[in-house]
Amino acid sequence: MTTTMKSAMKPDMTVNLAGIPLRNPVMTASGTFGYGQEFAQYVDLETIGAFVTKGLSLNPRAGNPTPRIVETPGGMLNAIGLQNVGIEAFIAKKVPFLRTVKTPAIANFFGNTVDEYAEMTRRLDEIPEVAGLEINISCPNVKHGGIVFGTDPDSAASVVSACRAATKKPLIVKLSPNVTDVVVMAKACEAAGADALSLINTLTGMAIDLNKRRPVLANITGGFSGPAIKPIALRMVWQVAKAVKLPIIGIGGIMNATDALEFMLAGATAVQVGTASFINPGAAQTIAEDMEAWLIANGVADIKSLIGALET
Amino acid sequence: MQFTSLIISNVEVSPGYWRMRMTAPPECASAQPGQFMMVRVNGAIDPLLRRPFGIFDVGTHVPAQSGANSQPYLEMLYRVVGKGTAMLATLHETDLLDVLAPLGKGFDLGEVEEEKLIVGGGVGLAPLYLLAKELVATSKVRLFAGGRTRDDILCITEFERLGVECYTATEDGSLGERGLVTEALVRRLDELQGKATIYACGPHGMLNAVAGIAAKRDIPCQVSLEGYMACGVGACLGCVAPGHTHSPETPDFRCVCTDGPVFESGELKWRD
Repeated sequence: MTTTMKSAMKPDMTVNLAGIPLRNPVMTASGTFGYGQEFAQYVDLETIGAFVTKGLSLNPRAGNPTPRIVETPGGMLNAIGLQNVGIEAFIAKKVPFLRTVKTPAIANFFGNTVDEYAEMTRRLDEIPEVAGLEINISCPNVKHGGIVFGTDPDSAASVVSACRAATKKPLIVKLSPNVTDVVVMAKACEAAGADALSLINTLTGMAIDLNKRRPVLANITGGFSGPAIKPIALRMVWQVAKAVKLPIIGIGGIMNATDALEFMLAGATAVQVGTASFINPGAAQTIAEDMEAWLIANGVADIKSLIGALET
Repeated sequence: MQFTSLIISNVEVSPGYWRMRMTAPPECASAQPGQFMMVRVNGAIDPLLRRPFGIFDVGTHVPAQSGANSQPYLEMLYRVVGKGTAMLATLHETDLLDVLAPLGKGFDLGEVEEEKLIVGGGVGLAPLYLLAKELVATSKVRLFAGGRTRDDILCITEFERLGVECYTATEDGSLGERGLVTEALVRRLDELQGKATIYACGPHGMLNAVAGIAAKRDIPCQVSLEGYMACGVGACLGCVAPGHTHSPETPDFRCVCTDGPVFESGELKWRD
């Protein structure tokens, strides 16, 4: 009897992300979790909702010179420059590991041109281990591709349309906060056939070394992440959730279960944990467990009831 | 692995340089020379990221009170350079730290009986003490320690106690020879006529010079690198160093945290 009672009290943590069933809403953010395998000794991958790969491109990319990273109060700047192994090495060396994990793997990718985005979509569409695709149109650290497409609604729409035509897999578009109105971008991606939106990517920032009179990062500017950006991310998720019908993945400075649940109230169906995984490699698992504990403590039977439940 | 560590001691060994001893789980007793740890200074969000430190020493802590179990400890030698390390220097015995260790690939101990030449610049000595401790069991070991002033020459007595012959050089001449420690290294290599292995850790300029000396004489040389890193586990890609085949067209970046921090000097790209 006791067992039945207990299991009856266990909240439903599952959410559906544009056709991808997640055991809970906690995902890992691209670029903060390698290709999954790097974290296998710190996180039981079967305890999180999904994980997202480092951004992939057709050819391997060297990335930017160092220093690539600097810490600032409550956050960090990075200018990695999308260093990645390229699609061929991903298929040969990284996909076999994905086969061993039941948790959905989302492939984040980018291109230099609309055609490259479409070609990457075709390549990733052929990989059964990839549950969904996340289009990166918002990397602030590279000259071509990335943010060029992420700051203009027509360019974003052309990328999303081209990718849409190349796959039936769930297509997530990762939005940049470095725009005047994120809602305009969100609507453009929705109209072009996106299945879900993830936001926010990093904010462009910089740090200066006074004594050297030089920028700290070799790239001069970098993407700002960490707990300092959470209020901005929450605001943008809330704005976009009101404006589009697509499920939203909330990202930005999530350090704990409280942060994650706040994003759900603001309208997110799922969340991505990013910088927190650098500090505690087990952060995503801890956050998922603590979210469940919060639901139990607060008598919430189904986590889906929190999505967009903000009272204003 | 991630664990909570109890600080056993935290003392300033030279102006601006501190040595901290902390408890560690049994898995850390077998930490290799050259491996490192990522330390979270406190639970707040500023400083946000962990700080990487080379493992200076590993041993067994026997608590003073009778009946308490002995336990492995880790030591780190650190320089106060910014906000995070300044906070570390304020910590005391019985304070707690959140630690990831042991991380990375350590030194290869090389051929037994060949002379081992260890080169350290300033706080670069940090990962070299545990190395010297292991090397003296089988080989003749010499240490070449360099710094700007005598304050940058750390823990020489500890090396001497191991039976390591120590040479020092400072840029201002306040301890040992005036000049760069690589000059003493070159003299010793001339005497040995090539039969030796070099291990080095320190400022990049010094490593660049040592790698050049080793390459010219075709002597095996391992270097331990520093890097700005957020995670220490190969995910952030912040700490990369260019490998020897690196070019913008054929990227060959190595992660200091997981491919290193110790590399054969020939694996990396150096300035000519």
